[in-house]
Amino acid sequence: MSKPILEIKGLKKHFASKKGWFQPATYVQAVNGIDLTVYEGETLSIVGESGCGKSTTGRCLLRLLEPTSGEVWYRGQDLTKLSSKEMREKRSDLQIVFQDPFATLNPKLTIRSILEEPLIAQKVPRDKRAQIIEETVQIVGLTIAHLDRYPHQFSGGQRQRIGIARALMLRPQLIVADEPVSALDVSIQSQILNLLQDLQEQFGMTYIFISHDLGVVEHISDRVAVMYLGEIVELGRKEDLFKTPLHPYTQALISAIPVTDPDEKKERIILQGDLPSPANPPTGCRFHPRCHACMDICKTEVPKETFIAGQMVRCHLYEAKKES
Amino acid sequence: MNGQPSVLEVKGLTTQFSNRKNRSVTVVDGVDFHVKKGETLGIVGESGCGKSVTSLSIMRLLGKNGKVTSGSVRFEGQETLTLTEQEMRKLRGNRLAMIFQEPMTSLNPVLTIGRQIGEVLQLHTSLGQEERKRRVIELLTLVGIPRAADVYREHPHRLSGGMRQRVMIAMAMACQPQLLIADEPTTALDVTIQAQMLGLIRDMRDNTGMAVMLITHDLGVVAEMCDRVLVMYAGQVIESADVRTLLRNPKHPYTMGLIRSVPHQAKGVKWLYAIPGNVPSPGEWPQGCRFAARCSEAMPICQEQCPSLMKMEDGSECRCWLHVPGTEGGERP
Ligand SMILES: Nc1ncnc2c1ncn2[C@@H]1O[C@H](COP(=O)(O)OP(=O)(O)OP(=O)(O)O)[C@@H](O)[C@H]1O
Ligand SMILES: Nc1ncnc2c1ncn2[C@@H]1O[C@H](COP(=O)(O)OP(=O)(O)O)[C@@H](O)[C@H]1O
Ligand code: SF4
Ligand code: SF4
Ligand SMILES: [Mg+2]
Ligand SMILES: [Mg+2]
Repeated sequence: MSKPILEIKGLKKHFASKKGWFQPATYVQAVNGIDLTVYEGETLSIVGESGCGKSTTGRCLLRLLEPTSGEVWYRGQDLTKLSSKEMREKRSDLQIVFQDPFATLNPKLTIRSILEEPLIAQKVPRDKRAQIIEETVQIVGLTIAHLDRYPHQFSGGQRQRIGIARALMLRPQLIVADEPVSALDVSIQSQILNLLQDLQEQFGMTYIFISHDLGVVEHISDRVAVMYLGEIVELGRKEDLFKTPLHPYTQALISAIPVTDPDEKKERIILQGDLPSPANPPTGCRFHPRCHACMDICKTEVPKETFIAGQMVRCHLYEAKKES
Repeated sequence: MNGQPSVLEVKGLTTQFSNRKNRSVTVVDGVDFHVKKGETLGIVGESGCGKSVTSLSIMRLLGKNGKVTSGSVRFEGQETLTLTEQEMRKLRGNRLAMIFQEPMTSLNPVLTIGRQIGEVLQLHTSLGQEERKRRVIELLTLVGIPRAADVYREHPHRLSGGMRQRVMIAMAMACQPQLLIADEPTTALDVTIQAQMLGLIRDMRDNTGMAVMLITHDLGVVAEMCDRVLVMYAGQVIESADVRTLLRNPKHPYTMGLIRSVPHQAKGVKWLYAIPGNVPSPGEWPQGCRFAARCSEAMPICQEQCPSLMKMEDGSECRCWLHVPGTEGGERP
């Protein structure tokens, strides 16, 4: 296996939410202690329901949000300890692509100016900038003629290409892609997924790919981390995780994917209810109120990490099995 | 399902929007289809191809700048395009109901959930206040809302996306409609919640015999829910078939492309199939086949003349020169 590029240790992000002046602040435990190692050149996906903390994790890694606690080691340095100036320099290595390309592109700037911004921030000389910009738009499948247009003149798929070009300007080592294809139609979605894979081959980048679409995740990932209420409940190689999901939550997620064969009758695990509020998570195993396999111990005791044939799972079902 | 009468029959539906410069742009162009009692018809296609405008035209909810310029919409045998607004209001939410993609746009933020569903019942039934309340709580329970009596008194913003969508379904079901139009009812939801919602719509359909028109861009949802499917592209129907035929034996190059693009289909393959280019916007439709610029099979005739929707041997319909016997380079009779 290749070398680790990012080592995340005990990452937490709690948001304070104050209801009124005299009430004590409550804390939304958006990310609640994540340990994760990302290897060079791989695509590691983070999946889970809306609000489980995927984006918050991605943003904390790049310090777009300040983590509450924990460490993020990148090539021998703990990013959480860097000054903001040192962190700004690291930005050329670590980039992010967002879900909604429209919301993140300044409507008043031409594509050329949008792409130039990161180069100016990193003090790339003027004559080199034009060259990098023209090279990069072509890499993402746009043309030099597009450079003098404005974001609203592009379709959703094209805007996502611009978002990717912007992240590529400084030739980063690692890209956090936060739902980069969720707003796109399937036909356009596959154009962008192919582009991301192609870029990875060309530049050897590492991806942290955030998505709630398991079909896309199954296609693009090497490894998959499943998040539930701020915690990683299962982690494994894509092939293993989709073939033998261990955690009841992963099993439910996978069984809920609609398949395009009208005659394939899948055994469905329909989860009851919604994701509970991360401000007031359930005791014990956080998944227990929705789990069909819930036991007494689950209501009071937090399950520990258990390793089964290289897959990590946090669930009492497996702790019990190991002991007996 | 054959032999069942049509609940809805749409013929030649054409809808235009006027833009700022007061120019009219056609966005739905001569759409024909029907939905039978108890049947679920899926409508698929890339965003912007006219799926929502088709359903809003049927509901007569186009807004000020939109207008149905020709065609006919018959609901339970009655032409609805010529009904007065008051007659239309009697149909909506009663025999004809709709759920929208973004529930917040159709829930009133300042009214409690109980009040909003109660109003539908007040408008369309003779139930008294107490009975209405009982019925609303019953409906909320039916769609799987825990603590229904509490939710009755709550405002929409307190609820999660999945709960709001369930409230929408409860509201749509309040008067046991004959036809439910569901416009991407689960697109904004997680797979887990999507599975709950689809199960709910399916149960309601099976228990009441209502027909469903389900708009989605997810072919997995289509496979799971629909009996028949209509594929739209740039304002037109380009293919229609029963669900098995469409997914197993698609005929139009666009439908084939859509099916091949689904990542789940591409097990173990590195590169996904992608349809090149983008959907042309209304007002920029070419004179020939509207898909020609993206089609790998395009022939000279495709650039010049738009093919018509042709009946195929297996009963499906397809709008493509490849399937018109005698076309140069096309299928021979
Ligand atoms: N700035 C903030 N202040 C308070 N709470 C926040 C803030 N940002 C996020 N949260 C909360 O933290 C939790 C995790 O949010 P996050 O955006 O990381 O979820 P996600 O997994 O990315 O969801 P989605 O799939 O919807 O993008 C949610 O409960 C969210 O409401
Ligand atoms: N109120 C409106 N005014 C002007 N154009 C509209 C309006 N609503 C929809 N359109 C246009 O009509 C076309 C079809 O839209 P729609 O039916 O919403 O597509 P979809 O198939 O994604 O549901 C799009 O080009 C859209 O921009
Ligand atoms: S620990 Fe218990 S409640 Fe949690 S997932 Fe495992 S079986 Fe279910
Ligand atoms: S009519 Fe021609 S361009 Fe259009 S889909 Fe058929 S082959 Fe392609
Ligand atoms: Mg997010
Ligand atoms: Mg729509």
